[in-house]
Amino acid sequence: MAARGGKGWRWGGAVLGVAVLLGFPIVVSDVYLQHLAIFFLLWVTLGTSWNLLGGYAGQISFGHAAFFGMGAYTSSLLFAKLGFPPWPGMLLGGVAGILLALPMGHICFRLRGPFFALSMLALSEFLRLVTLNWRDLTEGAVGILLPPFFISKLPYYYIALALAAATMLATWFLVDSKVGFYLLAIREDQDAAEALGIDTTWYKLVALMVSAFFSAMAGSYYANYMAYIDPPIVFSIVDISIAMILVAVLGGMGTLWGPVVGALVIVTLSEAFRAYFAAAHLIVYGVLIIVVIVFMPEGIVGSLAARGPRWLRPRVATDAPGASQG
Amino acid sequence: MAEGQRKGHMDLTILLQTVLAGVLVGGLYGLIGMGMAINFGVLRIINLAQGELLMVGMYVCYWVFTLWGLDPLLSPVVTIPFLFVLGVVIHRFLLTPLIRARALPENQILLTVGVGLVLTNAALLAFTSNYRTITTSYSASLITLGSIAVSLPAVLAFGIAMLVSSALWLFLMKTDLGKCIRATAQDPDAALLMGVNVERISVITFGIGAALEGAAGSLLVLVYYLFPALGGIFTLKAFIVVVLGGLGSTLGALLGGIVLGLAESLGAVFVSTGYKDAIGFIVFVLMLIFRPAGLVGKARM
Repeated sequence: MAARGGKGWRWGGAVLGVAVLLGFPIVVSDVYLQHLAIFFLLWVTLGTSWNLLGGYAGQISFGHAAFFGMGAYTSSLLFAKLGFPPWPGMLLGGVAGILLALPMGHICFRLRGPFFALSMLALSEFLRLVTLNWRDLTEGAVGILLPPFFISKLPYYYIALALAAATMLATWFLVDSKVGFYLLAIREDQDAAEALGIDTTWYKLVALMVSAFFSAMAGSYYANYMAYIDPPIVFSIVDISIAMILVAVLGGMGTLWGPVVGALVIVTLSEAFRAYFAAAHLIVYGVLIIVVIVFMPEGIVGSLAARGPRWLRPRVATDAPGASQG
Repeated sequence: MAEGQRKGHMDLTILLQTVLAGVLVGGLYGLIGMGMAINFGVLRIINLAQGELLMVGMYVCYWVFTLWGLDPLLSPVVTIPFLFVLGVVIHRFLLTPLIRARALPENQILLTVGVGLVLTNAALLAFTSNYRTITTSYSASLITLGSIAVSLPAVLAFGIAMLVSSALWLFLMKTDLGKCIRATAQDPDAALLMGVNVERISVITFGIGAALEGAAGSLLVLVYYLFPALGGIFTLKAFIVVVLGGLGSTLGALLGGIVLGLAESLGAVFVSTGYKDAIGFIVFVLMLIFRPAGLVGKARM
């Protein structure tokens, strides 16, 4: 269950948060901090959209960069080849993400186990190779250079804020609806969910499509903001796919605010450690994943909330076969 | 693209050469996949650090060759025990606590992702991202059969991969420990009731899965270059191989490896080198659609 505190507390916090977020770039004029804030919002979007699928529906994806890159390339190519305006192009990027999600979900959600997780990984690698080699369309490794649309960071900030807010609101509405309970049921026990008459394949697909839509929009946004994309960047396994998982797992899978906390920690840490480890700064990601999984499997928000039976605690009590060994 | 590359006539020699090269590299893919398959059989999770363990094996082989001149063909004597111990340590100190706490399988997989990231970036810090190769006295040797020429290192690597695979098969079939491993893979609860120390078997199996990557690393060095980020590529290849062969089936993995090797090799020659790796994914997706239980599997997942 989500951090399901009193609704009043949640609304109060939300109002305060909105005020801070709206005022931030006006009060803080430092361009570097504004840039970090934009990346924070981008990671909130990505972490939240991964979390909807992985945290709530329990369908772990190791290749969400596929959607991110799909969105980035769709809007960039629409602009570069057809002159289609880039910000409406973001929406089309999101739609492209859904079009990619449909066949993937259709093929993989019939199967259980690690098929979906790793098929996503394979899909993102496949797309990376195609964009790298289909030079006539994508310019291959040269990448696509876009003109910067705004000089100031303010418009970028507010668009990122709107995107992050839309993703979180969509997750909130979905999770609070009947669909949300179906997703939780599927995560906890797919057989039981099916026995209750839930069309598990369909609801997993719904979660995947929403997740893909926002991930792809984030990809389009990234392309517009950075004004440059190439295949290794937008289809990166570690920098996009794994980082999305880390944001959600660190903050707390299956919690609304988990990815927000996760994004804050990741953006801060990766900035702090980039200077120390240079190329190998990702070692921090690896250590973080291990530490969180071993010591804090519920994530930061999950541990703080610590209410209700969750993954670890109730199952320790049963005399597990693995646990009775010395 | 590259319409000029389209062959006017498919030379039989080229076809045979390509098939042979595909089978040879496929044997190595099979060995790499077997490590993942045996782990999946017992642990029921995909170890996403499998390729990174292979990368560690390759670096161990590289350094014992560079520092002490130990021939890569003999280096499994070092890489197998080294990787076995590394695997046991990873399982004992990281995975075992999770299994005892009955953590979600997804979390266990994520843990292996973390282990992989640490291994890759530790290698990056220690050895830089430079590409390295080993040059032995027989590196450039060729065996010619009529008009077909194959590289000697590839043949040797294939031969040893088959030896190691056979040894693993005999071990699983004939020894008590092997039987315990198979029993645990079939039904951990029943194995436990029969007096099998399931947790110990799980640790040992993980060690064997890692040791297989050590052996594969020693052989891969002969035909491939090494760099720290290579792990991710081979984790994915291993997974494709394991899915082709049927999850958890070690012999199936060998078959899956040869199928993937053939598909890549034929794709590189008759489609385009750039798409070589993409062809593996297409084969993989076709498998998921039509035969998700693997090429030799009977039951559907």
